[in-house]
Amino acid sequence: MRRLKAQIMDTVGVDRTLTRLAHEILERNKGAESIVIVGIRTRGEFLAERIARKIEETERVELKIGFLDITLYRDDLLGKLEQPQLKSTEILFNINGKNVILIDDVLYTGRTIRAALDALIDFGRPRTIQLAVLVDRGHRQLPIRADYVGKNIPTTADESIRVHVREADGEDAVLLMNPEEPDPCPPDHTV
Amino acid sequence: MPLQSRHLLGLDGMPRQDLQLILDTAVSFREVLERPIKKVPPLQGKTIANMFFENSTRTRLSFELAERRLSADVLGFQSTGSSVSKGETLKDTARNIEAMKVDMVVMRHFASGAPHYLSTVIEGHVINAGDGSHEHPTQALLDMYTIREKLGRLEDLHVCIVGDIAHSRVARSNIYGLRTMGARVSVCGPATMIPREIERMGVEVHHHLDDVLPHVDVLNVLRIQLERDAGRLFPSIREYHAMYGITRARLEKAGRAVTIMHPGPINRDVELSSDVADGEHSVILQQVLNGVAVRMAVLYLLSSK
Repeated sequence: MRRLKAQIMDTVGVDRTLTRLAHEILERNKGAESIVIVGIRTRGEFLAERIARKIEETERVELKIGFLDITLYRDDLLGKLEQPQLKSTEILFNINGKNVILIDDVLYTGRTIRAALDALIDFGRPRTIQLAVLVDRGHRQLPIRADYVGKNIPTTADESIRVHVREADGEDAVLLMNPEEPDPCPPDHTV
Repeated sequence: MPLQSRHLLGLDGMPRQDLQLILDTAVSFREVLERPIKKVPPLQGKTIANMFFENSTRTRLSFELAERRLSADVLGFQSTGSSVSKGETLKDTARNIEAMKVDMVVMRHFASGAPHYLSTVIEGHVINAGDGSHEHPTQALLDMYTIREKLGRLEDLHVCIVGDIAHSRVARSNIYGLRTMGARVSVCGPATMIPREIERMGVEVHHHLDDVLPHVDVLNVLRIQLERDAGRLFPSIREYHAMYGITRARLEKAGRAVTIMHPGPINRDVELSSDVADGEHSVILQQVLNGVAVRMAVLYLLSSK
């Protein structure tokens, strides 16, 4: 069990941060013309949809948006006792020559992003791949960095960050959780 | 939820959630097959031996393609010209292959039960690619996948399997799987090709195609296995075609858009007329494509157990 240490963002905070990320993306790419949005399942897909909507409102354009399931590209598949459930990947457009904005909720070890880069490259040769995350919590294990960061949250390795999104969790929030504690009253009373 | 078994030997007794998991997982792999690069890495470093003790082209190619698209290393083995013709036993052949550090074995064998036996003598996972007249689980899974893709569900659909039910592993696996998924299943063919007491598997038996046709959603047409001396089970090919051949005229008379499936290879104008096989309700080529996705799903789900 993990206990809440602090709430980092609420609904308004998440919305403001996504608005800023949308503007930074537009600024860096000088408009929305060359960009496509790809969200990493599961939380990243909802954030991608919202950022895409904000860009569309600002620029009055229609953006191409896709979703990536990176399960098949994970580097820890062979060590697992059971295969994780696959979700679907939907990238129904050509990414050749595009600036792909890859979106995820939390950047941590970098392994998810490494897998996502491999998966994306199998779809074509984008001009650039740029990474946008809502939270960067540090502790990278691979040489990967984000181009757009909602918030840097220094954490210890045993803490955890939970991102809640309305579409999947009923509310928008970013929560910093304390290290795992043993359950004081386990259901089978064996401890 | 993982699969309950570490082998895929048959659909007899396979729980509904396992069937569902395989079919759902296959949807993701079906998408992979539409990509510009149709290859994903989850089985990198795994070695799979395809042991085919009986002739097969499409099943072997389909498994091999599925294995390669998951980035596995593939060993081919065919009984002709191998040590089997020198009198080696199945157990010794399998153990020798396993001694080369193989993780999974895909086996087609002329003897019913051979893959079950194999699963008791080797450590790796065993996948049945058809054993005698017993089961052919991946064919039934791809049939079920194709029905679900075309008609949106399996529950309460009426699937009629036409042909030599008695000698068909495809029929048996389809009956087990479809019944578990809640479909209505009937079989149709001459009495010489319908096993006695098959009703106990939960299927209806028909001998007159025109009686059942107006009520079916899907026809799964089996191949008449002329090479297995099917000729002694009916008077002539012409008569078989007249009684049980699926023709456009017959389907029009039934007045229903019936989805047409066939496990291949087709004897054109014997069990299936060409205009039906190539017609708008035929999903025969989709079956072939879905077969690769379904086999990828099975290999992926079994690989980690």
